[in-house]
Amino acid sequence: MTHTVLKLQGITKTFGPVTANRDVTLELRHGEMLALLGENGAGKTTLMSILFGHYVADAGTVEVFGSVLPEGSPRAALNAGVGMVHQHFTLAGNMTVLENIMLGTEPLTAVRHDAASALRTLRALMDRFCLAVDPAAMVRDLSVGEQQRVEILKVLYRGARILILDEPTSVLTPQEADHLFATLRQLVGEGLSVIFITHKMREVMAASDRCAVLRHGELVFEAVTAETTAGELARAMVGSEIPKPRRPEPREGDEILCLQSVGVAGAGDKQRLRNCSLALKAHEILGIAGVSGNGQSQLADLLAGLVVPETGEIIIAGEGLERPTPAAMIARGVGRVPDDRTGTGLVADMTVEENLSTEVYRLPGFARRGVLNFKALASRAKQLIEAFDVRCPGIDTPVRKLSGGNMQKLILARILSNAPSIIVVNQPTWGLDVGATAYVHQQLLDAAKRGAGVVLISEDLDEIFHLSDRIQVMYQGALSEPLATREATREQVGLLMSGNHASGASRCTSGSNDAGAAA
Amino acid sequence: MRIEARENVSLTLRTLAPVVAVAAAMAVCSVLLLWAGASPLEGWALMLKGALGSRFAITETLTRATPLVFTGLAAAVAFRAKLWNIGGEGQFYIGAVIATWLGAGSFEMPAYLMIPYLFLAGALGGGLLLLVPTLLKTRLQVDEVVTTLLLNFIVLLFVNWLVFGPWKDPMAMGWPQAAPVVDSAVLPQLFAKSRLHLGFVLALVCAMGTWWFMRSTVWGFEIRAVGASPRASRFAGMPVNAVIVRTALLSGGLAAMAGVSELCGVKGYLTLDLSPGFGYSGIVVAMLAALHPLGVVASSLFVAVIYIGADSMSRAINISNYIADVTTAVCLLAVLVSMFLAKYRIRWR
Repeated sequence: MTHTVLKLQGITKTFGPVTANRDVTLELRHGEMLALLGENGAGKTTLMSILFGHYVADAGTVEVFGSVLPEGSPRAALNAGVGMVHQHFTLAGNMTVLENIMLGTEPLTAVRHDAASALRTLRALMDRFCLAVDPAAMVRDLSVGEQQRVEILKVLYRGARILILDEPTSVLTPQEADHLFATLRQLVGEGLSVIFITHKMREVMAASDRCAVLRHGELVFEAVTAETTAGELARAMVGSEIPKPRRPEPREGDEILCLQSVGVAGAGDKQRLRNCSLALKAHEILGIAGVSGNGQSQLADLLAGLVVPETGEIIIAGEGLERPTPAAMIARGVGRVPDDRTGTGLVADMTVEENLSTEVYRLPGFARRGVLNFKALASRAKQLIEAFDVRCPGIDTPVRKLSGGNMQKLILARILSNAPSIIVVNQPTWGLDVGATAYVHQQLLDAAKRGAGVVLISEDLDEIFHLSDRIQVMYQGALSEPLATREATREQVGLLMSGNHASGASRCTSGSNDAGAAA
Repeated sequence: MRIEARENVSLTLRTLAPVVAVAAAMAVCSVLLLWAGASPLEGWALMLKGALGSRFAITETLTRATPLVFTGLAAAVAFRAKLWNIGGEGQFYIGAVIATWLGAGSFEMPAYLMIPYLFLAGALGGGLLLLVPTLLKTRLQVDEVVTTLLLNFIVLLFVNWLVFGPWKDPMAMGWPQAAPVVDSAVLPQLFAKSRLHLGFVLALVCAMGTWWFMRSTVWGFEIRAVGASPRASRFAGMPVNAVIVRTALLSGGLAAMAGVSELCGVKGYLTLDLSPGFGYSGIVVAMLAALHPLGVVASSLFVAVIYIGADSMSRAINISNYIADVTTAVCLLAVLVSMFLAKYRIRWR
């Protein structure tokens, strides 16, 4: 039963001088889960976009169930049974789940939408694949994991037999990711075929049947997953060994940031913060773990100066902060790395130079009597892109043309050049490849070594355990008592993440038995 | 059919596209001319002659371009900050009202003081007028497209009341117009026997100044950043609301200067037809210039050439002057389409 359902033959695609795909030939078999690996910019998304008809290849063909797809037609791909779940969801937040799923499947000229039969079909799909979502719920009220389920249901509803998922776990927590892979397993068991794009080795090893590695647009490695190792895959992806971050010995420092029972109102879909307390010392990395949507973004906004606490106090270097603003935070030496790089961290349409200047352009030396000193700003920008290895054609390049990794380096360059005493990073390696992730981790460790305190907000437990000296867990807007990383276990933290505070807080060091029992 | 962004837009394409667009627009309008019983070739020759064919024609075109530069700059500055100021027309009239109020004989000053005084006062008035919808936007998130647009009608009705009521000039033989400004408030003409006045030079200076301001100053940088991403600007510590308020003062001020310039440079007294929609045309001018302050000068000249040329042509061959309006509209539409096509390519498949 392992006949080929999908065949990419000699796909080549260039964008101006850049070759995104070079002569890629790839097959997908019936009932198979194929992992497509590669660093950012290796051409994974381009390849899948060609398959799905978003792009037209310069050369090569796409064959689905034995017949060649016409070029550049997403509709033809859909009709042939290819469904795609994008990394950034394409759902209308102000419509219900059912409406989102029906959207585009009914003729525009239809007078009446046959919602009843659509609902029946949807329920049947949910039962068959164990994908439970409330069909009447508004999409904007759903968690990210649920929204992804809606996306999957959407393509299944359209009769997809081949599912393509672009970085499906980048927005999920470990538990949600496990759930997703269980779902995909079931789909494959029902005879569907799945390609998922990723750069996380753990997922490839755990979930896929076969894997293929793209590097610089070329297919460099292909193997049955059981016959290869994570190390081999990593080498194929990067082309060389990945530097392991060097962890300095922990040092005790003075307390530089303190939150005392801070409460923040919820805003829109953001969870309110309840009674949050933390104490950050110099030289320390404090990890904030938690399932997505439990108030991490409000905490990040609070420490960025974007929201004002309703109750409690923020104390920086022993001094209380009355009305925090972003400017006040910067002035007090807080360097902030937001989770949303293109929308919040950077002005995507402005140049590298301008983006590096947004926190310093008013300072003497960069502006005199309201007039910018372009020479000083440009030489600073050149120095910084050199020092932080930001790959860009020049400081005049618009930031939106950079890769995610280079954007993150740019933000790090901007804040670290101010020598911050406190660094607040939110999902710092979200969507970054192995190399860029290692770079970001090393920068954070180095900053802590130099004496900065780092608040690391992350949904990636590996990252939390890897970098933090202490861990606090966020659940429904409240922070747990800190755990020393050396003494904490993944199970313990996982239990706190799911809200099991009975065994958390002060008793958590002895709570691992409960966790084992619960798991 | 699919639309793809072009990788690199060559200079040839960028310069050629508007030319082709104008040619296409002329081809379309030729049909109308034929229909009206005129020879298209003759019509286009007359249009060119009417706009650029003589010293008089050229000065008329430049005179017409002058208020467009001001209102174009006003729209360009505001749109750069994503402040959608559709109220250029109202701000234009407020400028003219203030120039009449202060310049029509209430007191005397030498011209070298009077003229700057009127421009500054007018600009302040226009800025304050735009401040109202801007504060509603920053404080209460009221959509400024609606408020600025509606404010135009309020201002126009206000002017209507002034010229029919308290400001009606008894010397105007019953016409609804205000008393003319004093001699020291009249903008000097640049050449003899033409209407081109000092306002044109001032408009050019303003265009250069705005360009420098937006490019090189702290405040200009903030305006560009806030316009490109309010979220990221706020995150980086910029005072976003203050930046928008500053932008409003600048934009409203520039639009009001057009009113002062028309009143003191061309007409001399306030009437209800002082502006044939300069405030609205300024939006078109700014879009054609891709919001670039120096581009505003070029696009103002272009729009003025079409206005004056088409008007003159329709008079010369005695066809309805609606054809002038249609020509203007088609030309602008074609150029905007060509600017799009220069950036994107359409593939038929």
